[in-house]
Amino acid sequence: MDAALLEVTGLRVWLPSARGEVEAVRGVDLRIARGETVGLIGESGCGKSMTALALMGLLPDAARVGGSIRFDGHELAGLDDAAMCRLRGQRIAMVFQEPMTALDPLQPLWKLVSEPLRVHRGLDARSARAEALRLLDRVRLPQAAQRLDAHAHQLSGGQRQRVMIAAALACGPQLLIADEPTTALDASLQREVLELLGTLVADAGMALLLISHDLALMARSVARVLVMYAGSVVEEGPAADVLARPAHPYTRGLIAARPRLGAPRGVRLATIPGRVPELADLPAGCPFSDRCGWVIDACHAGLPAPVEIGPGHAARCIRADQLPESARPELVEGLQPQRAGGAAAHPPGLRQAQPDPSAGSGRTGSVNGFGHL
Amino acid sequence: MRRHPSFVAGGVLVALWLTAVLVSLAWTPYPPAEIDIPNKLLLPSAAHWLGTDSLGRDIASLLLAGARTSLLVGVAAVGLGALSGTALGLLAAARRGWLDELLMRCADFSFAFPALLTALMLAALYGPGVSTAVAAIGLFNLAVFARISRSAAGAVWSRDFVLAARACGRNRLQITRDHVLPNIAAVLIVQATIQFAVAILAEAALSYLGLGVRPPQPSWGRMLNEAQEFMFQAPQLALYPGIAIALSVLGLNLLGDGLRDLLDPRLARER
Repeated sequence: MDAALLEVTGLRVWLPSARGEVEAVRGVDLRIARGETVGLIGESGCGKSMTALALMGLLPDAARVGGSIRFDGHELAGLDDAAMCRLRGQRIAMVFQEPMTALDPLQPLWKLVSEPLRVHRGLDARSARAEALRLLDRVRLPQAAQRLDAHAHQLSGGQRQRVMIAAALACGPQLLIADEPTTALDASLQREVLELLGTLVADAGMALLLISHDLALMARSVARVLVMYAGSVVEEGPAADVLARPAHPYTRGLIAARPRLGAPRGVRLATIPGRVPELADLPAGCPFSDRCGWVIDACHAGLPAPVEIGPGHAARCIRADQLPESARPELVEGLQPQRAGGAAAHPPGLRQAQPDPSAGSGRTGSVNGFGHL
Repeated sequence: MRRHPSFVAGGVLVALWLTAVLVSLAWTPYPPAEIDIPNKLLLPSAAHWLGTDSLGRDIASLLLAGARTSLLVGVAAVGLGALSGTALGLLAAARRGWLDELLMRCADFSFAFPALLTALMLAALYGPGVSTAVAAIGLFNLAVFARISRSAAGAVWSRDFVLAARACGRNRLQITRDHVLPNIAAVLIVQATIQFAVAILAEAALSYLGLGVRPPQPSWGRMLNEAQEFMFQAPQLALYPGIAIALSVLGLNLLGDGLRDLLDPRLARER
């Protein structure tokens, strides 16, 4: 394998808060090869979005960053804004969580979609319109030609997310960061948009960093996952391995807490006891120690080093090999093996599925977010 | 736009005022500065529709010509203030940090001085006149527009679509031009109409105090000033310019109110 496209080592992000500066990202190491799809999973506030913004150089002004971010052999940490502007949109692109608010309400679609092209390639209005149409067709926006002059509020949520994806792909970036791209969409649309994203990423051979709190979505979309908790990566490995044999107690808790279709009525969902600790008062040592059922005194000694579980699969838990077997075979049933750098193979019918223009209102699709696992 | 009563009423009043300005450019019943002492303090008649003032000047002609002065001072003062103030506000919002603090504290500082006081100082330095009035009102407007555009732009900068534009590789200048300015334009337009009304009032006040327009240039404020002396002999003299000022200020305020509603994107969506 050639040099990694993105190599993040010891990334730290400090944010100001009412209680002084808190460390939102605590030494994250992340390596993405060219064309590889990687997932970053964790609950709200675990630092996954801050990690993504740090990669883009888009952290709030008051944030401080430490560590190294090497992209395609060049160090990004400490680069000035002008240099970052040349990378953003051209070589690293980002899709945001909220399609409702991430599109300028006053700009027509063709301008929104062609923005990176106009910035980086200096396209004039005519060719920008033509390119915008091509891109909107590529993300299968219905009636794209008639909608070039439409505005964001005239589109449904799923359509807006397609517009955002089209804009992100405009310059053919090498790395696409998708921060919870489907969280704001309803369940039947999530799958459609995700499959579209997977297909486009695979076709263009770009690398994908998918950020989500949805395990099922991860299993479908990426080859490798990193599980984040309170600013640290606590487990990392091939998506199927991590889901089938989660090693870290936190990952186990996350997976146990997923609702299952077909579970008998009245079965309560498993939960992780306690709540996400405030970043300002994390327990000493392992950040998960105060919520963990298997905690021992040694857990408080310091952040555990990664323990090898299997090939390419490691967890930051000193007791990883002493914990009971946790395989959940039903979780991985039907999961297709991931091609390196590609999305899972989909039935051809799904690939060509045309999105419903009235999406979002009155859809009766029976697929829900978890149904396909 | 249809059935927005205050927008329509304001529009009609402002249109009347603009018509007066246009008419005054081509024609007034008498030359507005023409003194005709034998015919002073006449009541309205066929020859002098609104009568004559203490120097025998035709009041209708003075009012028409005074509208021109109001418009001139209003456009110049609001234009200067809005352009430079908005530029500074946008700069402060885009740059943040010490520059933002400095500019905004300067704006606060200038608010501490009423426009009238500024005009007094300027008049003491450069003598009264139209340009003194424009400079004083313009300076006041600059601070108003700097504050308003700074806070409106600050709100736009924290929106997700600005982050998305930055993720596309846009720099701060381009984002200010393409995303921030269009999104605060409605606020600025509404504010401009209201500041216009303030400027007319301020011009009248300055001229009334003798700090604004110099004779023989007609001005509603100066007409009020001159009417004061004849308050008991000819009270109608103060009435006409007073009504003209009140109606044009009311019209601009109503227009501003209407525009605020019509340009509100949340309401626009339902149209």
